[in-house]
Amino acid sequence: MSDASSLRTPSQRIAWTATIVVSALVFIFLIAPILAIMPLSFSSSSYLTYPLPGLSLRWYDDFIHSPRWMNALKNSMIIGVASTLLSMVLGALAALGLAQWKSRFKPLVLAFVLSPVVVPGVITAVGLYFFFAPIGLTGSYLGLILAHTALATPFVVITVGATLQSFDTNLARAAASLGASPLEAFRRVILPLILPGLASGALFAFATSFDEVVIVLFMAGPEQRTLPREMFSGIRENISPTITAAAVILTTVSVILLATLEGLRRRNERLKGGG
Amino acid sequence: MTAASLTGANTETNVPLKRRLKRAERARQLKAFALVGPLLLFLLFTFAGPIAGMLWRAVADQEVRQVLPQTVTALAGWDGKDLPDEKAFAALASDIQAARAAGTIAIAAKRLNYAQNGFRTILTSTARNLKASPEPGTAKETLGKINAAWRDRATWTTIKGASGPVTSFYLLGALDLVRNADGAIVAAPPDQAIYRDVFARTFLISLAVTALCLILGFPVAYLLAALPPARSNLLMIFVLLPFWTSLLVRTCAWIVLLQSKGVVNDSLHWLGIIDEPLRLIYNRFGVCVAMTHVLLPFMILPLYSSMKAISSAYMRAAASLGAPPLTAFLRIYLPQTLPGIGAGSLLVFILALGYYITPALVGGAADQMISYFIALYTTETANWGLASALGAVLLLATVLLALLYGKLVQGQQVTGGMKN
Repeated sequence: MSDASSLRTPSQRIAWTATIVVSALVFIFLIAPILAIMPLSFSSSSYLTYPLPGLSLRWYDDFIHSPRWMNALKNSMIIGVASTLLSMVLGALAALGLAQWKSRFKPLVLAFVLSPVVVPGVITAVGLYFFFAPIGLTGSYLGLILAHTALATPFVVITVGATLQSFDTNLARAAASLGASPLEAFRRVILPLILPGLASGALFAFATSFDEVVIVLFMAGPEQRTLPREMFSGIRENISPTITAAAVILTTVSVILLATLEGLRRRNERLKGGG
Repeated sequence: MTAASLTGANTETNVPLKRRLKRAERARQLKAFALVGPLLLFLLFTFAGPIAGMLWRAVADQEVRQVLPQTVTALAGWDGKDLPDEKAFAALASDIQAARAAGTIAIAAKRLNYAQNGFRTILTSTARNLKASPEPGTAKETLGKINAAWRDRATWTTIKGASGPVTSFYLLGALDLVRNADGAIVAAPPDQAIYRDVFARTFLISLAVTALCLILGFPVAYLLAALPPARSNLLMIFVLLPFWTSLLVRTCAWIVLLQSKGVVNDSLHWLGIIDEPLRLIYNRFGVCVAMTHVLLPFMILPLYSSMKAISSAYMRAAASLGAPPLTAFLRIYLPQTLPGIGAGSLLVFILALGYYITPALVGGAADQMISYFIALYTTETANWGLASALGAVLLLATVLLALLYGKLVQGQQVTGGMKN
């Protein structure tokens, strides 16, 4: 590895130092905006700038006592949890099937299953808007849950599929030959094996739904507005410090999701290393 | 061994077993596909169907057919050289009266107005002034008296052009093209020709953001790949945290930082560097900064994994053979990162092409990308044909680039497998 100690010539050392300096600046660029917005939510004034005149929790108080924001939080949770559960079932089944299925059409099917991630949000949203409106699925929770599930399932297929690559399909056969019913073999052999992949897929799925705003923008009625949707209109109208409080809450959720994912990854590595 | 000797020796036991195995394998394959089935059906309903519906809308032309059915039939045989015959005029008069009673005039008027500005007035004024069915043989005269436009061949060409059931009108419109009265494809009038500009702008912004991501992401990926895992894992948080933070939060953060009374301007003012606030947002600069921030992790992660796979032995070999560090970097290291550069750049470019939220919030009117217009025509003006046609062009560009990306990543996996 080209660690600083192993660099021989001065020019190499200069290049390495330059890499560190530029990288440090990029890290600041990446993280500073997110960190800068946080203290502003604790400001006692409504001006969104530094220095803070004083600290207060009034904007969080505002958030908690605003029916609009609380309804948005509730909607984000309902839609996020429901589409995560649905995408876990659909995604895990599909990943199990794809792992065993041998066909020359497999790459095509896989590309189709993963395509919701690549297609621009506006195109999916416009298509759904035209398609769901005549059947009464716009302005409904069900419509949003179905749409978010379509966007989130590819992540479950990818993560569960990755776990299945190191999975010996003979284990399922062994379970069957030892007399396990298909359901029991699934519950006691396959499920524990794919669980880490399923869990990280679920995190990705929830994050996808929790952050999604384009489809909500097109399809949600006033009753179904989610947190990102409220933030969108809040930013459009006038950025109040309450929005920064909402931003901190959203970021906290992201950090929890990221930390859980990292914990899962480490646990998995430990188990692999130990086994 | 030949197939004949195989079957000849063990006909009794071998063939049934082979067949049984084959049958079992087929059942297994069927079961495997059945597991994928629910997701395929689901995506058909929530994804493929809706997109196919949008593509259909880009070419569908139903409004005039539905509102003025007799006219469309009467015009089917019209050669378009002179004014149509009396039959077509009578059909139109009868259609207009029926549509007025049903309240559907506006639907056809809207569609015809897209093709010919002012057509709405022609149709509604005719509907208003056509008190009773014209006497047989006088429809041409009556309509011509109500509105002189009916004596103009171009008016009828417009109706014939919009009589469906499919049309190239919207797709041509998305490319700033129209059909003239003779049916030839010509450039749209300058005041309507805005989409090529929008596509060019979308392309340029995406290209600029991709270049910025590459310039900023390359050293970071290099650093992360070169550091020992304990340290690079720690630094990776700086990449993953923004990656996981809500898009809205990051966009909001940039507005708070860059607005005229924002953190950056206030700090610069306080330091005495500027007197007047700089215009940092609601322009191209703000869009590029915010989009680069959002998309940078998508560049760093593929670059990092491709650099991680490069063995340091190559660089040591180059050095031992007398290559100066810069030469070794340019001729040994850089070429090996090209697949990663390609994958990261394509990914960022594909994602940037379809961006809507960030430009909508931090851009000015002149910085809106194609997605903005698709959304605008869908929800505000309800010109669904044009929205769908613009969407079809964007989708085509995305799919082509995604196929290229797939080829690139697949190639990488193959070579990666061979190297190990």
